[in-house]
Amino acid sequence: MINLAQTYFIEVMTIILYCLLIFVPLLLGVVMALYADRKIWAAVQKRRGPNVVGPYGLFQVPADGLKFIFKEIILPDGSDKTVFLIAPIITLALSIAAWAVVPVQAGVVLANINVGILYIFAISSLGVYGILMAGWSSNSKYPFFGALRSAAQMVSYEVSIGFVIITVLLCVGSLNLTEIVMAQKTMWFFIPLFPMFIVFFISALAETNRPPFDLPEAESELVAGYQTEYSGMPFVLFMFGEYINILLMCAMTTILFLGGWLPPIDIYPLNAVPGFVWFLLKVTFVFYLFAMVKAFVPRYRYDQLMRLGWKVFLPLSLFAVVATSTILFFFNLAPGM
Amino acid sequence: MTAQLLTFYLFSGVILISSLMVISTKNPVHSVLFLILSFLNAAGLFVILHAEFLAMILIIVYVGAVAVLFLFVVMMLDFKTSINKDNILQYIPIGILIGVVFIAELIIVLINTKFDLSNIQVLPNPLSDFTGKSNTEAIGSVLYTDYILYFQLSGVILLVAMIGSIVLTLREREGVKRQVVSEQLQRQGKIDLVDVKSGKGVDV
Repeated sequence: MINLAQTYFIEVMTIILYCLLIFVPLLLGVVMALYADRKIWAAVQKRRGPNVVGPYGLFQVPADGLKFIFKEIILPDGSDKTVFLIAPIITLALSIAAWAVVPVQAGVVLANINVGILYIFAISSLGVYGILMAGWSSNSKYPFFGALRSAAQMVSYEVSIGFVIITVLLCVGSLNLTEIVMAQKTMWFFIPLFPMFIVFFISALAETNRPPFDLPEAESELVAGYQTEYSGMPFVLFMFGEYINILLMCAMTTILFLGGWLPPIDIYPLNAVPGFVWFLLKVTFVFYLFAMVKAFVPRYRYDQLMRLGWKVFLPLSLFAVVATSTILFFFNLAPGM
Repeated sequence: MTAQLLTFYLFSGVILISSLMVISTKNPVHSVLFLILSFLNAAGLFVILHAEFLAMILIIVYVGAVAVLFLFVVMMLDFKTSINKDNILQYIPIGILIGVVFIAELIIVLINTKFDLSNIQVLPNPLSDFTGKSNTEAIGSVLYTDYILYFQLSGVILLVAMIGSIVLTLREREGVKRQVVSEQLQRQGKIDLVDVKSGKGVDV
């Protein structure tokens, strides 16, 4: 045992350090994303948004966070208390875990695994459990409806996300995220695969329960959906998990379609900028699109949501898989051929 | 005692405990959650075996899709009335029977030298050489190149089963109003498009 501790102590410590290096910027990113979200939304509606706490209202989000930390955690009487408290923890832990394989620059990644894209897909497909457990354990009608809606919604849109990922993988020939980015050196994938880019973007909105697909927490119908019974810290965990998932989806869009950390054109002043700056800029741009969609698209009705997922996106992405592989095969473009 | 062994015992220990909890907890939803936990740890075992593709597929298919539907159904059951503790003991004989059959089969396979695979010199369809390939490529080449016929056949069988179950359960209901999106988009005369000036609003 002592040998084991000696052998692995430094390794474990380095991994913990790397995890902190991911977690702290991510936390900062979530704070900035929340602020940006509210500011953009306010600007579209001709309001000022948060502008009181700190310069330009920058400290509004940390102030809100502190407020939640000091609030009482209310456990509903009839709830299943263990599951009720585990659910937000699972949501946050899973959303952070997915970031372990996201490369922000060439070689800057915690775990450069061969099946990186599958790992992210698997982890994000687990995200539905946090919501289901929360909805069921609250032992209340609105959270339960929210959870049922969310389960159906996330499972449906995962199918089309899976097919979109396959079309990208056909062009790359590898499941490794770094190699997916490097394959876009000549052309970013959103140009040849533009329809799939749109499908992925909309499915990402549905997968992260963002408006116009925020039916699990539709406030005009279900109070706050699965979050209704949550207060204080568990609510903050849900909120953070949700926003980290949104940032993950922005990062995925960037990696799969917008060339990750690569500069737009490989010429001098642009390629001297460090890769993670490009990555950050692109993620911010995609997040801006997310926020704009939230600002001007009304919420979908539930049957419309299901129709879009199963009758439009599924056939479209399935056709795209066949078409892409046919074109790659007959024009001898497929990698490894 | 290497770290690998330690992780193996961790994963398999959690699998054993959570599988036990699946059959012993009184709440069906907790059972499903423990089932999911044991699936996840089985995926961990695959990762230890360097079968990372299988591990991810196990999580995506079983945990991400199948178990969600399990949980979906079980959550909607009224479990307070469906549990009857009195007749749990009546399943013990059949449980013991199944266990005995399993153990007998395992013993036969392990002891009988006829089933010793190392004695078999010639396999009917030898697998191709996978050195230098990642296991995603290896599985792909076995499934889609070596055994493409069987793969296609099982796919067709599944398709037939799917269509069959849809046909059997489909009911045409009378008087249901369905939304036809293309008709809605084409309708004329009922809606006006008004160009609203920014900051001035519009008279309705």
